[in-house]
Amino acid sequence: MSEQIVQPRIYIVIFLALLAGTGLTAWVAFFNFPGPLNAVIALTIAVIKATLVVLYFMHVRYSSRLIALVIGSALFWMALLFALTISDYSTRAWLPLR
Amino acid sequence: MAEGLATTHEHAAHPGLQHHFENMEQQREAGTLGMWVFLVTEIMFFGGMFLAYTLYRYAYPEAFAAASNHLDIKLGATNTVVLIFSSFTMAMAVFSTQVGKRRNAVIFLVLTMVLGATFLVIKAIEYHDKYVSNLIPGTWVPGHPFSPNVHELHLPPEVSVRNIEMFYWIYFAMTGMHALHMIIGLGILTVILILTIRERFSPEYHSPVEVSGLYWHFVDIVWIFLFPLLYLLGRHMEGHMG
Repeated sequence: MSEQIVQPRIYIVIFLALLAGTGLTAWVAFFNFPGPLNAVIALTIAVIKATLVVLYFMHVRYSSRLIALVIGSALFWMALLFALTISDYSTRAWLPLR
Repeated sequence: MAEGLATTHEHAAHPGLQHHFENMEQQREAGTLGMWVFLVTEIMFFGGMFLAYTLYRYAYPEAFAAASNHLDIKLGATNTVVLIFSSFTMAMAVFSTQVGKRRNAVIFLVLTMVLGATFLVIKAIEYHDKYVSNLIPGTWVPGHPFSPNVHELHLPPEVSVRNIEMFYWIYFAMTGMHALHMIIGLGILTVILILTIRERFSPEYHSPVEVSGLYWHFVDIVWIFLFPLLYLLGRHMEGHMG
């Protein structure tokens, strides 16, 4: 697969999208949404921003499937780390720290 | 181009081609893959700290909200914009190298480094504010042991100051590690800038620029998560507490 050169036009669009995402996340943080929605919204915007950086600034959209597999494996191990640890902590009492 | 195993290296190989690669294409892809494998280890490294943050935030929600509301949202947001801008200029530096515009590449690399340094200066201002407010965890800073102004933090009576301290341990560990990565990134970009000025890169050979860009963007992504988690969550509880 030969190297594909991403045009500045695309970089500018992604840059503006990232700025908009930053403004949006800072703005909605002051609204009181029910339950854990504030965290869900903040993390959703962060994941979208990170995905844009990975796909366009880091050229993954134009790279080989092998690179996508490596990134997928990182996300898989992160999911394992979080799932197993949280399942442990959420089913045991914390030691009294106060 | 003839790709015979034995003959590849004989006809005018690019001076940047290492002997263990077939051609420039294979060398470039191997370099990018290697960098991504390194970034996977970096993701796991920061992942452990994000997990610690998640657990303690879940355990002490009021303390974490009160503590994070003491951070300066304006400085945090400014730094987010500065880093995103630096990622853009870094992407443009890679593009300029790819199309052989060396002068533009130098300009964009310098811009990226200036923005990176700006980030660190703003971070230092924030750290100084924590120092003055006695918010550096532990008792090891002479004359400034951890002792938050409880009235300023609007603490509910059942919230322990120790849990506020835990937020600041995590805050300093994560932003400190991130800042260290920024400093290392500035060092890498200094080398790339010098090599660019010395005309070491071309449209055929520029893997070091591309790979350094991957590192810089990764550090940007870490901050994209740190900003909402440390500065924003709990903002909506401001005024509802204490």
